[in-house]
Amino acid sequence: MSVDIAVIDYGMANLRSVVKAIEHVAPALSVVVTSDPVVIAEARRVVFPGQGAAPDCMREIDARGLRQVIIDAAHSKPFLGICMGLQVLFEHSEEGDADCLGILPGTVQRFPHEAMVDSAGDKLKVPHMGWNNVHQAAPHPMWVGIEEGARFYFVHSYFVQPTSPDVIAGFSHYPFPFTCAVATENIFAVQFHPEKSGNDGLTLLGNFVTWNPGETESACDMTGAACA
Amino acid sequence: MLAKRIIPCLDVTNGRVVKGTNFVELKDAGDPVEIARRYNEEGADELTFLDITASSDNRDLILHIIEAVASEVFIPLTVGGGVRVVADIQRLLNAGADKVSINTSAVTNPQLVKDASDRYGNQCIVVAIDSKRVGDHWEVFTHGGRTATGINAIEWAKKMEAYGAGELLLTSMDRDGTKSGFDLELTRAISDAVDIPIIASGGVGNLQHLVDGVKEGRADAVLAASIFHFSEHGIEEAKRYMKQHGIEVRL
Repeated sequence: MSVDIAVIDYGMANLRSVVKAIEHVAPALSVVVTSDPVVIAEARRVVFPGQGAAPDCMREIDARGLRQVIIDAAHSKPFLGICMGLQVLFEHSEEGDADCLGILPGTVQRFPHEAMVDSAGDKLKVPHMGWNNVHQAAPHPMWVGIEEGARFYFVHSYFVQPTSPDVIAGFSHYPFPFTCAVATENIFAVQFHPEKSGNDGLTLLGNFVTWNPGETESACDMTGAACA
Repeated sequence: MLAKRIIPCLDVTNGRVVKGTNFVELKDAGDPVEIARRYNEEGADELTFLDITASSDNRDLILHIIEAVASEVFIPLTVGGGVRVVADIQRLLNAGADKVSINTSAVTNPQLVKDASDRYGNQCIVVAIDSKRVGDHWEVFTHGGRTATGINAIEWAKKMEAYGAGELLLTSMDRDGTKSGFDLELTRAISDAVDIPIIASGGVGNLQHLVDGVKEGRADAVLAASIFHFSEHGIEEAKRYMKQHGIEVRL
């Protein structure tokens, strides 16, 4: 039997928080933590979390034979990337000079030391840790019920730079604007941690469990499959 | 803009929240799950639990508490106290902690910080530094402030950053429980010495102390216990006060 939501476990994150938060917003759905490619391939929705360093994440993904099933899921069903699960969707990360999944064109870079001062001239710390405002670049079903500029919890030292501005769904400032959410047909991926961002985070996760890509944006089929 | 964080701290022993003065004379402050729920509703940015249980018999109590809190409170949870080996960290993370704070064991075995940060990422490793002024400098103390180490606190902060700490929880042992405010000089010296975030702790007695910790101590987050536990001040009230004083907060 296929599960409603597969949370991909590749050994690089404490997944308990993510699962607890999803169960909280969707008590009737089946949520499994899995590294089984078959379960992931058959799941209706996929959550791709992650913590730690990019090279380790890529190594663990390949060690478990998950690369292809992640790429397939990202092209075919509602797919939520969180933190490292956003970064490794891109082509390359400066962190450990790691080649990533290359699902989205662009790179991942570190907050540059020389730029880390605020308007008063005080040093800004890295990791970027805490609650920051998330600005919605465009309306999206995942933002429903969340105010423009709402605060989410971040903890990261690297940020994504998509080649195409079209995929930018949200941005934040530290101190310069950086992309903190991207969206394609069926991918929504965020740098912040919705599972640790209080009510707004739960709202976003609640939106994900009901999100049917393609339903509102275009005329393609309603089954949740990707638009060609 | 990134908000400065307010973190209520719950010192837990034998399944209850307690608060003492200068690490002694403990007073009961209530049920940890209930208190965590209330702080979350009041807008706490994170919660920190310090397990100060002396006997190993009751060590598992903290795991049950964290499990219960993590099932209903969806903000970052830090847990510290008695963390000695990587397996302790794994247990706390499995119970629902997002970050683990390492104190005495970081001094006796700095490699633990490195191993833990390599394994779980620096975002979940907090190094707690208990420090006391000794002559013209600050020294690191362990075992709840009872044991002097001879280690210079500023040098120690830099070393722990290099070992992979994602954040430092800095407690002034001279101020803890005194309600006379943070040791601002110490906070600022350490905040200036490292690039990772600093949580200031020890000595908060009023809301102005929180403002001072951020503005003068340059702390990225402020941690306090008694002013919140005994309902002298609410968390939202504290945040409004900080905002009035020009500090970016999450309201």
